Amino acid sequence: MAWECVIGLEVHVQLKTKSKIFSGASTTFGADANTQACGVDIGLPGVLPVMNREAVLMAARLGIAIGGTINELSVFARKNYFYPDLPKGYQISQFEIPVVEGGQLEIQTAKGPRTIRITRAHLEEDAGKSLHEDFHGLTGIDLNRAGTPLLEVVSEPDLRSPEEAVAYLKKLHTLVRTLKICDGNMQEGSFRCDANVSVRPKGEAQLGTRAELKNINSFRFVERAIYFEIDRQIAVIEDGGSVVQETRLYDPDKDLTRSMRGKEEAHDYRYFPDPDLPPLVITKKELDAIRSAMPELPDAKLTRLASSYELSDGDATLLAADSDLANFFEEAVRAANGESRLIANWILGDLSSALNRESLSISESPVSPEMLGQLINRIKDNTISGKIAKQVFGDLWQGKGQVDDIIQDQGLTQITDSDAISKAVDDVITAFPSQVNQVRAGEEKVIGFLVGQVMKATSGKANPQAVNNLIKSKLSS
Amino acid sequence: MLHLLSLRALRERLQKREVSSVELTKHFIDRITKFSDLNAFISVDEEGALAGAKEADNRLNKNESGNLTGIPIAHKDIFCTKRLRTTCGSKMLSGFTAPYDATVVERLANAGCVTIGKTNMDEFAMGSSNETSFFGNVKNPWHTSRVPGGSSGGSAASVAARLIPAATGTDTGGSIRQPAAFCGLTGLKPSYGRVSRYGMIAFASSLDQGGALTRSAEDSAIMFNAMGGFDPKDSTSIERPVPSVNELLDLDLRGLRLGLPTEFFDDSVDAAVLGSVREALQILEKRGARLVDVSLPNSAAGIPCYYVIAPAEASSNLSRFDGVRFGHRSEQADSLLDLYECSRAEGFGEEVKRRILIGTYVLSAGYYDAYYLKAQKIRRVISDDFKKAFEKCDVIVGPTTPSTAFKIGEKTQDPVSMYLNDIFTNTVNLAGLPSLSMPVGLDGLGLPIGMQLIGRFMDETSLIGTAHQFQLDTDWHERCPEDFS
Repeated sequence: MAWECVIGLEVHVQLKTKSKIFSGASTTFGADANTQACGVDIGLPGVLPVMNREAVLMAARLGIAIGGTINELSVFARKNYFYPDLPKGYQISQFEIPVVEGGQLEIQTAKGPRTIRITRAHLEEDAGKSLHEDFHGLTGIDLNRAGTPLLEVVSEPDLRSPEEAVAYLKKLHTLVRTLKICDGNMQEGSFRCDANVSVRPKGEAQLGTRAELKNINSFRFVERAIYFEIDRQIAVIEDGGSVVQETRLYDPDKDLTRSMRGKEEAHDYRYFPDPDLPPLVITKKELDAIRSAMPELPDAKLTRLASSYELSDGDATLLAADSDLANFFEEAVRAANGESRLIANWILGDLSSALNRESLSISESPVSPEMLGQLINRIKDNTISGKIAKQVFGDLWQGKGQVDDIIQDQGLTQITDSDAISKAVDDVITAFPSQVNQVRAGEEKVIGFLVGQVMKATSGKANPQAVNNLIKSKLSS
Repeated sequence: MLHLLSLRALRERLQKREVSSVELTKHFIDRITKFSDLNAFISVDEEGALAGAKEADNRLNKNESGNLTGIPIAHKDIFCTKRLRTTCGSKMLSGFTAPYDATVVERLANAGCVTIGKTNMDEFAMGSSNETSFFGNVKNPWHTSRVPGGSSGGSAASVAARLIPAATGTDTGGSIRQPAAFCGLTGLKPSYGRVSRYGMIAFASSLDQGGALTRSAEDSAIMFNAMGGFDPKDSTSIERPVPSVNELLDLDLRGLRLGLPTEFFDDSVDAAVLGSVREALQILEKRGARLVDVSLPNSAAGIPCYYVIAPAEASSNLSRFDGVRFGHRSEQADSLLDLYECSRAEGFGEEVKRRILIGTYVLSAGYYDAYYLKAQKIRRVISDDFKKAFEKCDVIVGPTTPSTAFKIGEKTQDPVSMYLNDIFTNTVNLAGLPSLSMPVGLDGLGLPIGMQLIGRFMDETSLIGTAHQFQLDTDWHERCPEDFS
């Protein structure tokens, strides 16, 4: 039988506010355990939550970007359950009236573009962490994360394959970073996802019973967890069984999902409006301010980059996915007065690998867009060859100065003196008679060897194209 | 007889340096010790109080004093204090000391008050007799076999017995006004949002409101003025200034319309209580107030509505007491679930458990609509009743409680009869309105009778003002229980 899978995603986007959602404690990642948790975060008797406006405005930014409705008035509710890393015994979240309702994201699939509907996005506080290692049979609690603002973005069950799920996630990931509301760091848990997965016979209209896969923290794991889960559910049904509604945990080491709790053990969260927080109001004025400060969104950026510059589809997509990278690209193009394809090659090639090697973001790059543009200019005007440019790039990366200074100081200028090049070519022709004969006999590719010899003799400073032309003309005469 | 003086008289003596704050503090600490049988205090901080008094004297000497500089007060043990443990009347918090001061504590300290100690109360403010306290019941100084009322029973008993000039309290369904009525005091529950709830351990967050138990309307004005006002740490606090003491007291009763709800004057109320309330109304009429009949037709729904909403919020508010971070932690537990169950089973008393169970039940899937949502609708209806009544009158008046103080143990086996004690008070919390109870007489047994005044939202002025004018013509507020004068 042919099967179809149905996937909906719940993504927890950690908002990069300076302080927590209901307290003034810092949200910096990686501090010593329990040093960034104030009375409100640890749920001391008598403390009260106070809304962090920055988080609200960030939620509204996302709402506007996905074309959703920003509720003028939304309500915080308490989600009640006991767990050691949940200090108050309830999580403050939004239930009946979330801050954002509706919206959509368009993804590219093998069969063309598809629109994925978004049900809602709601604000909530994160819980702390339970630490099971290092305590010899005991569990430690770190409440630094407690109260960190999250925006939970819930999609409709519109996704039809693990690849589509990943495409949707990547799209959302790009969007939240473009909007500067999330750092997108998946290892640190700033962007994590639960997946609701079910299968049904192809053509069937009714949804199958779903399993919820919890806390998946990389694009690769999302794909693998869903693949495993689809196969598991199909096997259960084909064996004559039926899928049970449950929560399952993905184990990346073993690449499988495991039952965490069934429907019977599901919590009754006893949601009710939080009496400590008045309804959240967002004014038209605030929304207007957000709209007018909206950055260019990824889709629009892609369309513009593809139409304004000479770029391959792949390069345009890569650049549009990261607004910082795209900005870098456009600045470099401005500095070089064009050469977009060459600049994209440099950025996605040498520059990206250097950044990766040292775990730097594009905004931390020691080579500025102006430097890259200048470097390209020097290739264009034949001052240096592409090969020498790589050497200059290495020096720029190490902070050895500006492009022209480096070329000057190290004497890297191409030999433009045609007599000098001509002499070097003559020397090589004399020194390698058998190769010369090969070329004369029509073995064109041996020209490369001769060019290489000339370049070697001139320490790379000759223009390879000019050398090539010169050899050809001398040997054909 | 320093302990018989009003806050204003104490201030005058202190400012004239006829008495020092240290002397005053010692005098009240002596009385607290002498009358410890009342069990009104959970903690007394002699050392801290004397240090505070010394500081106050320094300021008095330099003429840097305010309304309350050097005057000893006590806090209900629901307000978090850095110096003293905050138990909330529970075994759960019997060893808990907060790392911070509640906003109310901080404001009264800034006004110059010397904190002497923390008063006894019903466990987590759940009770109307102070009998649910882990630290034992409190005796009513007017008749020591009677309850002082609750949940602010320790504050009421200590002010009535002149062990302290004034004390803070909290009122979720009548917990300031009912003990004020039972102990012959003036007790103000301000409008919801007037007094910061920051640092006040939550019972039912949408109903809880801090206030004071005092001997007179004038004292009440002084305390309210010092405690109230906007607090950015409490999102439900209201950004409006509190009137000055003079503004609160200067009220012309001529033309003031006092509304008498028929529902508050029925035969479920003791004849003596109704008699005293009617006499008080006549005195107010003589000063120019007019009496008008009003109706609060849905009052009877108040108790059932309250006993859904308050326990629902309480069940969630009390979840943080799980034995993990602070509070009682069971020694019996050897699993996580055990830790929760045993810590809470051992740490909470019967009434608290009863309300947590009720609250958990009414919020559960399948019951939420029938109970919690329904109660919220009734709450709106009750609130609308008040709005309609205030179209015809400026202040609503009636008895604070259907009877005077009952005997210790009399109602402990019958929670519903205990809950009915708050029948006239808890609708006010549901509507978030300000309300005050003042003494208007004594019954045949010599027990105080309280009259309740209810005002429009944010109109504490009409309540304190009316009570003050009444007290200018009467001396019920100056009566002191026999053995304590």
